[in-house]
Amino acid sequence: MPKVSMTVNGKNVSAEVEGRTLLVQLLREKLGMTGTHVGCDTSQCGACVVHVDGKSVKSCTMLAVQADGAKITTIEGLATGNDLHPMQAAFKEHHGLQCGFCTPGMVMSAVELAKHNSNPSEHEVREWLEGNICRCTGYHNIVKAVQAGAKAMAAAK
Amino acid sequence: MAVDGIGAAVKRKEDFRFLTGRGNYTDDLARPGQAHAYVVRSQAAHATLGKIGTAKALKAPGVVAVFTGADLAADNIGGLPCGWGIKNKDGSAMHEPAHPVLAVGKVRHVGDPIAVVIAETLAQAKDAAELLDIDMKELPAVANMREALKPGAPVVHDGGSGNVCFDWHLGDADAVAAAFKKAHKVAKIDLVNNRLVANAMEPRAAVGEFDRATGEYTLYTTSQNPHVIRLLMGAFVLHIPESRLRVFAPDVGGGFGSKIYHYAEEAIVTWASAKVGRPVKWTAERSESFLSDAHGRDHVTHAELALDKDGKFLALKVDTLSNMGAYLSTFAPAIPTYLYATLLAGVYTTPAIYAEVKAIFTNTVPVDAYRGAGRPEAAFLLERLVDIAAAEMGMDRVEIRRRNFIPSNAFPYQTPVALQYDSGDYNATLEGALKLADYKGFEARRADAKKRGKLRGIGISTYVEACGIAPSNIAGALGARAGLYECANVRVHPTGSITLFTGCHSHGQGHETTYAQLIAERLGVGLDQIEVSHGDTNKIPFGMGTYGSRSLAVGGTAVVKALDKIVDKAKKIAAHLMEAAEADIEFKDGKFTVAGTDKAKTFGEIALTAYVPHNFPLDKLEPGLDETAFYDPKNFTFPGGAHICEVEIDPETGVTKVVNFTAVDDVGRVINPMIVEGQVHGGVAQGIGQALYENCVYDDNGQLRSGSYMDYQMPRADDLPSFKVATAITLCTHNPLGVKGVGEVGAIGSPPAVINAVVDALKDHGVRHIDMPASPQKIWGIINGNRRMAAE
Ligand code: FES
Ligand code: FES
Repeated sequence: MPKVSMTVNGKNVSAEVEGRTLLVQLLREKLGMTGTHVGCDTSQCGACVVHVDGKSVKSCTMLAVQADGAKITTIEGLATGNDLHPMQAAFKEHHGLQCGFCTPGMVMSAVELAKHNSNPSEHEVREWLEGNICRCTGYHNIVKAVQAGAKAMAAAK
Repeated sequence: MAVDGIGAAVKRKEDFRFLTGRGNYTDDLARPGQAHAYVVRSQAAHATLGKIGTAKALKAPGVVAVFTGADLAADNIGGLPCGWGIKNKDGSAMHEPAHPVLAVGKVRHVGDPIAVVIAETLAQAKDAAELLDIDMKELPAVANMREALKPGAPVVHDGGSGNVCFDWHLGDADAVAAAFKKAHKVAKIDLVNNRLVANAMEPRAAVGEFDRATGEYTLYTTSQNPHVIRLLMGAFVLHIPESRLRVFAPDVGGGFGSKIYHYAEEAIVTWASAKVGRPVKWTAERSESFLSDAHGRDHVTHAELALDKDGKFLALKVDTLSNMGAYLSTFAPAIPTYLYATLLAGVYTTPAIYAEVKAIFTNTVPVDAYRGAGRPEAAFLLERLVDIAAAEMGMDRVEIRRRNFIPSNAFPYQTPVALQYDSGDYNATLEGALKLADYKGFEARRADAKKRGKLRGIGISTYVEACGIAPSNIAGALGARAGLYECANVRVHPTGSITLFTGCHSHGQGHETTYAQLIAERLGVGLDQIEVSHGDTNKIPFGMGTYGSRSLAVGGTAVVKALDKIVDKAKKIAAHLMEAAEADIEFKDGKFTVAGTDKAKTFGEIALTAYVPHNFPLDKLEPGLDETAFYDPKNFTFPGGAHICEVEIDPETGVTKVVNFTAVDDVGRVINPMIVEGQVHGGVAQGIGQALYENCVYDDNGQLRSGSYMDYQMPRADDLPSFKVATAITLCTHNPLGVKGVGEVGAIGSPPAVINAVVDALKDHGVRHIDMPASPQKIWGIINGNRRMAAE
């Protein structure tokens, strides 16, 4: 079996994987990092979004071997101890989550949007999140949270 | 009021773990030594099932075991039970065929489980499944209800009358016939309430584990009601006493009804864990969810409304076909009957109503409750029919509603279809919505849209629903095979922190916060001192779970009742400590005082005394401060409201955009307005999804054509607007908090508002009705006079 090495949330990890093992399977099953979720089998829902070398990626759509040598950030890597990342804090403040299942992917997608655009319009947020499905919130509060989170991220720089 | 008590928009206690990836969902569990199960499912909608050869699969790498229906039968495993019995018009019982855990002799829908392969890894289990030798002969299938009723149609279950599960009715047929004779006008409609898939974002999962030392089974499962699963699976399927069966539903990623039912996979992993001597885990892939989660809605209805010359409703008659799918899911028979026909008075004074409902078996996935469950079907029917009636009468759509509303001074109001509404003010919610939506300014917006080449329409829906499920005696008389009370255990710990054990289950509703607010309000304790525990049958005394918007009206009242007992006992302890009469003790803001003195004890001091009873009336009182209450509601609760939708249609493409959506709801007293608004947002999004996007489609051979997110259109962020939501409340009169329920209102009120708006936008094209979902194809067909596309 091929061996892959990468950094996940700043830690070096390596594991033996099958060729068909997906990045999300490596994270959840081999590394026990279950914050990243799987909501579909057709790359539609975005519950699995992580950052690969700083870019948001659906980790169900990437083979673990493709991530060899990459720098991965997952939802577990955003907060500093008990201090939430500004985007996480904005989701809490604006009630941008209910069951929490889509939340890791939503937050990771939103963080990348905020890196490009510190003051996104409602329209820009909705377009950006088109690949992340939430069944609970109707997106209303997610949009508010992402706008506030983007501003907070810019202010914290 | 305590700062964090009733009415405060407290931020949620549960958010930290969800936001940091520390949620604990069933698929996150990795039990030591666990093996993985893959469920082999029928790809045919209807077929005979002969021998299943397992020899090759058993030899495949990593395979631990393969089980089929024959193995279950050898262990005397029962079928999946149905929790509600309906009587036919003639008083006979409904047709209730067996629902085997793994198919025996026949498969009846695509996705029907045939066998389970258990292996070291899921990939190995899937590989081995390819090696099964399954002897199947395909039979003609039927997916459409009207086809299923035709003579000579394929029969899904032998032993009944064709494919009819039950033929039921409610109301006064003679009174309705008499009223129709006097009618000035009759408004008619034929409609379809489209089949939906709940699609909670977390797919179902289950892990079974058997403890050889104690003989105890544990099932970890994605359930809205773990005690119900323990009862059904233990008593009817696996024959395990409750005392040796633990069901734990940890964090659950949304339910919307689909996680109420007892599913085959739960029984399979629990039973198999003892067979193979290891924990067994199963997780649905999304395409499996489409084939195995109970679906929702799926009605075909003809209805007629008789009106007098002033536009007053005289009588309503309704004829509905309701699809049960291939087997009866846990609560399926209750949905198109007691949660649908009983709501057909709606918010109106219609004096005579008669409804006939035929439930039909087809070769499709079983259908059961989905957010709203029966009530959205009733609201959609009524609110479409009322708009059609307004058009027939040449009346204004607002005016016809006002003229027929049950007046606010008429409560309690007995409808002709069994329910007694306790409170409501339908004018208040309508006025609120008209204002918030700037209804008056609409024609200007329509004209402006026209200049931009868009067709703009506005639609109203005024609805009531029945939730807070349910008074056990009434439910029992109507066919329920369970009680529907709720249980709460408030445990005050020696140092004054508190754990609430509730039989309800939170899968997005924010119970950990809302219930904590109830406790903070009553006991004057900080929210950080309160933990809410749910989901584990080994911790919680009992419970019926969360569905039917019951967690506050029923579950919350149980909490209040337990708190009553806590305060009662605490007062006795305080009276003893302060050497005062119990009647003189007052309790406020976390302090016990003696009237007319400056003597005081804090809640914490009382808690400590209860557990360190050195100075304690031990002759009269037991130590400890830990109280349990069961609460059985006196009636349903009746949230209602008005939803107003504004759409713009692009005539070039037929695409409809919801440009404004306003909801003013009466949900009773609001404990946490932030959470209440969030519930309405989510419900409205699902309602708009039903109206414009979502559709579960079978072809004539029973193949599911919308089996993934590529084909089943979930509402996405860029499909929806932000919503305007508000409340205009009246209090529930029969529970101490005055609460009604909010979980389902959004999904109940919104679909007719959307379709009424679409029909309004197309009014120059001669449209009376358009079935859901109002897809671009249908609308383009209507605009361009293409009948085939318009009917798709
Ligand atoms: S799991 Fe759905 S997109 Fe990755
Ligand atoms: S919060 Fe439940 S799916 Fe988004």
